[in-house]
Amino acid sequence: MLKESSLDPANAVYRQVVKAGDHWSHVIKKGQTFRILDLEGNQAADTLFYNAHDPVDRYSASDTIRCQQALYLTTGSMLMSTGGHALLEITADTCGRHDTIGGACSRESNTMRYAIDKEPMHACRDSFICGLHSHSDDLGKRDITCNINFFMNVPVTPEGGLSFEDGISAPGRYVEMVALMDVIALISNCPQLNNPCNAYNPTPVEAIIWD
Amino acid sequence: MSIIHQEKLTGAGMWSKVIKRGRTLKMTDLEGGANVGMLLYNAYEKHERYNMPDTLKGQYIFNLKAPYCLHSDMGRLFASIVEESSGWHDTVCGASDAKAVQEKYGQGDYQELRNDFYRNAQECFLIELAKWGLGKRDLVPNINWFSKVVSDEAGKLSFVEGHSKAGDSVTLRFELDTLVVLNTCPHPFDPSTEYTPKPVALEIGEADTVQDDDPSLLVRSENQRAFHNTSVYNKLRF
Ligand SMILES: [Zn+2]
Repeated sequence: MLKESSLDPANAVYRQVVKAGDHWSHVIKKGQTFRILDLEGNQAADTLFYNAHDPVDRYSASDTIRCQQALYLTTGSMLMSTGGHALLEITADTCGRHDTIGGACSRESNTMRYAIDKEPMHACRDSFICGLHSHSDDLGKRDITCNINFFMNVPVTPEGGLSFEDGISAPGRYVEMVALMDVIALISNCPQLNNPCNAYNPTPVEAIIWD
Repeated sequence: MSIIHQEKLTGAGMWSKVIKRGRTLKMTDLEGGANVGMLLYNAYEKHERYNMPDTLKGQYIFNLKAPYCLHSDMGRLFASIVEESSGWHDTVCGASDAKAVQEKYGQGDYQELRNDFYRNAQECFLIELAKWGLGKRDLVPNINWFSKVVSDEAGKLSFVEGHSKAGDSVTLRFELDTLVVLNTCPHPFDPSTEYTPKPVALEIGEADTVQDDDPSLLVRSENQRAFHNTSVYNKLRF
């Protein structure tokens, strides 16, 4: 559901541009509002969330889908954890739908999806691993489960088809969510050069936080 | 295909075994309306696990069916779906947890119900995973064999009742040595308000060698590259 926010970036307590291919992570405190802004349009912001006090309790795509009985994320969606907790609630969205079944790219999945010789290309799993290591040496690949792809359009048909369509995002569109507990947010701003949905051109996003 | 082992899994049962590459697992819905929750891990490198996104996007499908494959998160194949009779199996709706089971079916304690007490799928997975040194960090989206859930254009999901009939079956052929973790708790969207989990029969057999014209490989070029990655892994590892 499209819904604009009344928050003004001029009053934010934190702003950071995340370049294409970079990872970004930050603790979002309970009650804070977190916006991801698609600066140039059709960029996929691959995002993971963890309970900041117990990272074993983390965002779960299937629990989120199960609890809302729907595939796409938008205003009103509760982002659920493996432990059954609501981590965040999406409170504004000027894009309309976001994907959580398409997963993140990895060097290994690039060989499967595109070609064996794509293995050396930069991929989201590498960014996620580096981002997790900045929080704890104990976090790693094992903790990278299914993510959200903010701004990504992965339509499913009633007949069981699945495709990757052109994004429905555009420059300046955003998604905003309020943290219902202290969470670690981890973004891999996808470096994918093989996917037509971003016109083969990864671009920056901005992370903005309000108290 | 010769059968080397058979057993029956009761409703709300749980099971975990390593199945060697080249073997098959046939699951049969004995009474109709069964649901088999499944998670898959590399038997040796258990951080490699079933990956719902790569399975779906790598094959441009939303419903699991023959002759498609079950992909790992390392660009490899755990298994190919070599035969199945219902045409649609869910892998996005996840597993019931204790809260969901209590809200839907009420209190179902062992004290009153003995071994008909209400189990939930997440707890069954965690009990079996613990036996292999795995735990909550290893929970990822699972497969729900025999259950059909469709999406409308807006992404709203609905469970199709009466989809799997008595005698419906699924046969997997393993391409990696795989830790297979199962439970037969009801699908989280099963609308029945009575807790009536259904039994399944399990049969493990020996598969024929995979040929170049295998339907699972021909259906998508992605599967051929994943099979290549799997072959390299097996060649170097064993
Ligand atoms: Zn990516």
